Amino acid sequence: MTAMNDRIVFEDVSKFYGEVLGVNRVSLSIPSGVTTLVGPNGSGKTTLMNLMTGLVQPSSGQISVFGLPPGDADRFFRQVGYSTQFDSFPRRLTGWEFLLDSLLLHGMSEGEAFRLAGEALERVRLGDAGSRRIETYSKGMRQKIRLAQAIAHHPRVLVLDEPLNGLDPMARAESLALFQELSRQGMHLVISSHILDEVDRISDRVILITGGYIVAEGAIHQVRREVRDKPMQVLIRCDKPELLASRMFSANHCAEARLHVDGKGVFLRTGDIDEFYRLLNEIAVEGLVKIDTVAPADDDTHAIYQYLIGSEGIPS
Amino acid sequence: MNTEAVSARVKSILVQPWGFWWLQMRRLVRIELRRNLFSRKAAWIYFLAFIPTAVILIHVLHDTHPASGLSLDTNVLAGIVQFYYIRLGVFFGCLGIFSRLVRGEMIERSLHFYLLSPVRREILLLAKFAAGSISALLLFGSAVIAAFAFLYAAYGTAGLDYVFHGPGLGQLGAYLLIVTLGCLGYGAVFLLLSMMFRNPMPAAMLVMGWEAINPVLPSLLQKISVASYLRHLMPITVPGEGVFALLTVETEPVAGWVACLGLLTLIVIVLAYSCFRIRRLEIRYTTE
Ligand SMILES: Nc1ncnc2c1ncn2[C@@H]1O[C@H](COP(=O)(O)OP(=O)(O)OP(=O)(O)O)[C@@H](O)[C@H]1O
Ligand SMILES: [Mg+2]
Repeated sequence: MTAMNDRIVFEDVSKFYGEVLGVNRVSLSIPSGVTTLVGPNGSGKTTLMNLMTGLVQPSSGQISVFGLPPGDADRFFRQVGYSTQFDSFPRRLTGWEFLLDSLLLHGMSEGEAFRLAGEALERVRLGDAGSRRIETYSKGMRQKIRLAQAIAHHPRVLVLDEPLNGLDPMARAESLALFQELSRQGMHLVISSHILDEVDRISDRVILITGGYIVAEGAIHQVRREVRDKPMQVLIRCDKPELLASRMFSANHCAEARLHVDGKGVFLRTGDIDEFYRLLNEIAVEGLVKIDTVAPADDDTHAIYQYLIGSEGIPS
Repeated sequence: MNTEAVSARVKSILVQPWGFWWLQMRRLVRIELRRNLFSRKAAWIYFLAFIPTAVILIHVLHDTHPASGLSLDTNVLAGIVQFYYIRLGVFFGCLGIFSRLVRGEMIERSLHFYLLSPVRREILLLAKFAAGSISALLLFGSAVIAAFAFLYAAYGTAGLDYVFHGPGLGQLGAYLLIVTLGCLGYGAVFLLLSMMFRNPMPAAMLVMGWEAINPVLPSLLQKISVASYLRHLMPITVPGEGVFALLTVETEPVAGWVACLGLLTLIVIVLAYSCFRIRRLEIRYTTE
């Protein structure tokens, strides 16, 4: 087997919904473990997941999971389970029937389907509710039964679109523990989330996506650093902006400076925000420059990165 | 192609997991029948199917039945099949049943579960078609059988004689064949239309118009019509009177088996194109 055959691979994939961009020129090669897809609303997370599972077709590019294209349904969906963002179910089914129907389509015997359905209900802790109609479930229970359906057939790849949505803190912790356990067993998990904080504890890898573009990708610490090390612009309101700028330059912690038009502030760009803030504090303590306010002055993209990776690592 | 290539081709067809597909097909049909056959939304289709049966039952219970009425009633039954079932009952019944199969699950947002299961989309489509056909056949088949039984039972021994020693059973067989082919034909067409349009009604009306004007079209275009094949299978030609005269157009006779084969070919073509469409189908419930 080649290395490609145990990976989820996107080769230069784009998806347009008519004129609307879904995702643009995505190339990925995802190994086993937990991969988190992080991005704000409308950034293309669901699109990426739907592409991965063949629910939508790419406008260009190729997708394969373990070397199989999603069109090869027989073999593909033995390996893949997908819990979608759609909160809807076939009508008038109990949790049990829902799982059984789906397992029986794998061609297994009824006994085997029963066993696996029971096991899946157990795993998501829905044991008692299995005999009730899904219509009577709460939002969190529906989230769980979808998870159960996705894992019931023991796939090797599990795709979960915002799986923690609607779960209480207890159920969240349980789900995260379950994901971690599945990942330890060698499964590929691709999980989407609005914010990284929520899932960073269990993520091995993170993919940041905004506006249909992958903006950062890699091991979680690396991405955090990458985002943090991106030159960041800060607006400092003070009485002697030129003096402040020259001090910052001399300490080599500033890449670029620009005076504010009113002369009472300066935009400074830095590659190491931690060190930058430390130095700023020193200058403030010296008392030579009277600093009024300090505020990030970045374009949206940068603000989004900051938001996505959460507050950890950025001094406040 | 040389013999080796042919035998390789045959082998590649044989090694396909036919047994597995058949099992999936049966299980899908079961799911679909459970979902479709006994739903309250389908009540109007039962109504459509059994109106003539009810009318005949009332006729049987209320009117007297001199033996001379038998041939007249036989013509009435033929007229009901030719003008009601083919043109209206089976037409709208199949529209209701088959357009729910795929489109209904898009509206209810449950189609993705099937597309995410290890089932080839062609199998899914054919299973849905099979389930729709079974529903339609059970409904319209039993309605026609019941109408037939009520009608001739009213004539006592004369009726029994007509059925078992006369042309009666043969006519029933022909009606059932017509209803069966009608269900399959309209079913395939409406299943396809429901995948192409969010609301298949306008397209269905076009089909209806097409079917109505079809007999006067050139014979090549007549081949793309369900009713034109069925007409050739009628055991009795009912002379059109009044409004019906507008719907009856004399066409050159075609042998029954040719008509059957023609319609089956049409069905296969429509289903093949549907399979092609479902392979490209995307789940975009937001814009549905
Ligand atoms: N069916 C569709 N038709 C048209 N545009 C669509 C469709 N689905 C998604 N889009 C567009 O594609 C882009 C990405 O949407 P997508 O649903 O993938 O985002 P997302 O990251 O999953 O968002 P959310 O966090 O809200 O779930 C958005 O601009 C959206 O408007
Ligand atoms: Mg989404």
